[in-house]
Amino acid sequence: MEKSIKEKSLDRATLSALDIAEKTKIRTVWDRYAAQKPQCGFGETGLCCRHCLQGPCRISPFEHGAKEGVCGANADVMVARGISRAVAAGTASHGGHAKHMAHTLLKSAMGEAPDYPIRDEAKLKAVAERIGVKTGGRKINEIAADVARMALADFSEKESPLTWAATTVTKGRVETFLKYGVVPTGIDSAVSESMHRTTYGVDADPVNILLGAIKSSLADYAACHMATDLADILFGTPSPVVTQANLGVLKKDAVNIALHGHNPLLSDIVAQVADEKELNDKARAAGAREGINVVGVCCTGNEVMMRHKIPLATSSVSQEAVILTGALDAMVVDYQCIMPALAGVAECYHTRLITTMPIAKIPKALHIEFHEANAKESARKIIETAIEAFRKRDAAKINIPDVTTTAFAGFSTEAIVGALALVNKEDPLKPLIDNIVAGNIYGVCLFAGCNTVKVTQDANYTVMIKELAKRNVLILATGCASGAFARHGFMTPEATEKYAGPGLKAVLTAVGQAAGLGGPLPLVLHMGSCVDNSRAVDVAVAVANKLGVDLHMLPVVASAPEPVTEKAVAIGTWAVAAGLPTHIGVVPPVLGSKVVTEVLTSAAKDLFGGYFIVETDPVAAAEKLIAVMGERRKGLGLSA
Amino acid sequence: MKQIFVRPELCMGCRSCEIGCAVQHSKDKTLFSAVLQSPPPSPRLFVESAEGIKMPVICRHCEEAPCLNGCISGCLYRDEKGFVRRKKERCIGCWSCIMLCPFGVITRDKDKRIAVKCDRCHKLDVPACVDACPTGALVLVDIDEVPKEMRTRVVLAETR
Repeated sequence: MEKSIKEKSLDRATLSALDIAEKTKIRTVWDRYAAQKPQCGFGETGLCCRHCLQGPCRISPFEHGAKEGVCGANADVMVARGISRAVAAGTASHGGHAKHMAHTLLKSAMGEAPDYPIRDEAKLKAVAERIGVKTGGRKINEIAADVARMALADFSEKESPLTWAATTVTKGRVETFLKYGVVPTGIDSAVSESMHRTTYGVDADPVNILLGAIKSSLADYAACHMATDLADILFGTPSPVVTQANLGVLKKDAVNIALHGHNPLLSDIVAQVADEKELNDKARAAGAREGINVVGVCCTGNEVMMRHKIPLATSSVSQEAVILTGALDAMVVDYQCIMPALAGVAECYHTRLITTMPIAKIPKALHIEFHEANAKESARKIIETAIEAFRKRDAAKINIPDVTTTAFAGFSTEAIVGALALVNKEDPLKPLIDNIVAGNIYGVCLFAGCNTVKVTQDANYTVMIKELAKRNVLILATGCASGAFARHGFMTPEATEKYAGPGLKAVLTAVGQAAGLGGPLPLVLHMGSCVDNSRAVDVAVAVANKLGVDLHMLPVVASAPEPVTEKAVAIGTWAVAAGLPTHIGVVPPVLGSKVVTEVLTSAAKDLFGGYFIVETDPVAAAEKLIAVMGERRKGLGLSA
Repeated sequence: MKQIFVRPELCMGCRSCEIGCAVQHSKDKTLFSAVLQSPPPSPRLFVESAEGIKMPVICRHCEEAPCLNGCISGCLYRDEKGFVRRKKERCIGCWSCIMLCPFGVITRDKDKRIAVKCDRCHKLDVPACVDACPTGALVLVDIDEVPKEMRTRVVLAETR
């Protein structure tokens, strides 16, 4: 049955765009989802396998029907193999993103990528020292080249653990990972190993397969951390900015360009070039009084929001809505979370969909390949294409919803520690720890992940944050989770005033005052894109090290209330391995196996301290997370 | 008389029955030629879902069939096995049968402009949809044995 329009989203701007879609009979993700229903229960429960040519096989969860595949794999093996491949795909994606950055950093260091200078030398040196690259008396380019080579070395199979994993977690975690044999020695080799062990006739022990998935997820973590580090080195470590969110950020009288996808290698350069006078003059000559207006979508939107104050138009599930405003002149994409359907929606308008990456082309889109060697040139060409498209706008089709919210963004680890240093210069973490101990901060919840058609857009996020904030839980957010919070006004000091419990409000106000904001910090500390979940780990690791405990003892939890991608599965898995109780708000395809379900939701706790909490009801989910934080506080001898 | 029974609690919504049906009603009756056929063959039963329940909705070949009663051109008839079938050449596309079917399982062949419905795979011992179902959500049962089976289940439930 098709959802009524109100059930699709809580976001007024998205709903307004969907109204247009309905009237003009343009199909969106919600229509395609309705057409897919009912979705196959075998897939929903993980009970199908296409890993060999004797298949496809399905296992019936009922009395009737097959209990094993042609090869003899039972439900446990099948489900474990399926979820393991999802983790591997996520790792491959973040790995591809990080590797792209490492290659570019090397080119930058060798003088082959003039548009990518090292913008944050302090971060370069900090990363270099952490991974054992000498910095004293050396030129920046030499250090950068060594860091880039170390990064690239992390992709193949090494004799030693992954540098970007081993140097960024607690000692206790490394010992735990070694104990269970889940330390990856290469990002790409971890993906490859996962594919190997889940192919026809290899690993048939479901628990062993899951340990393999954890190993691969730790490679995903390393890739995320590397992507964050290298982005900061090339484009600057984010510090707080104030910007706007939601579809109202599109301007009727400007050439509107949306940057969608993930890697700042593309989006940051387009953002830089969009400020050039000559291009803005061209835009004005074409009739756009306000020149060029760049907006973000999805994770790359987070990257440019943090570093260039670029407003966020919307999140991934509602990406089509940006085109439905009729005022978008170009949608520029790189890779990941780009719906192929964009091409069809763009065809109904003057909007140019521009693909840029050799591995991510879409029929009917314009492909302008992006090369590091002449990045700004490619970016200028993209912007000129948008200006040309602007001339073909149909005024009758323009419908920009008048919805915007203010959003404070860009709380990198460095920025958070910097803000805390204003309260206590000698020992910046002390105020945070003291307040956790005193109970003013009951715990910390990192919100991550996507929006999904399976949940009314933003419904889980908006319910959970209110429940947690009033119980004094400090909220961190990345990726499309932060997009949801930004679009609903939670990334503001006003939200702190309105929703934070008294303890949390006092802490956020004290730090905000010290930082000269004249009020509290925003209710949500926005840490960046999905790879930037690594930043949250950095904060947790610093706190754990300071306290002399390991991550699995801290009252820190993670939640992906509306997840979609295989990347989210990978991140969730490493969050569990890192010791975090991790909530997911949709049911993953594992229920077909009792063993796998039990390992992920319970036995993992005995091994790593972290485990999955599957709860589709947001109020119940918040309750469960509060209870877990209480348990952990008790464990540390704190008031629960 | 054997009837197709639907057990919604066993349906996974995989739509294998729809595929099996469409293939059986394709030219070559094989999956791979069926997927290449143009226009593609259409299934005569439909997996639907509401409120979290999934189930195939199928033609019941009703004893007092509204579609048959309403057919004004003499296209629909009851065959010797009791199945409600079509004499295709007689269909005039008035869609009375579509209006009258309480299950919504008669549809339109947009190409040939005639009504399409389940023929209970009259040439087969086991209908294609039942054959394709991997969980037993669709079963072929003797209608006269069903009450007896039900009574046994009632007794079992009482004694447990």
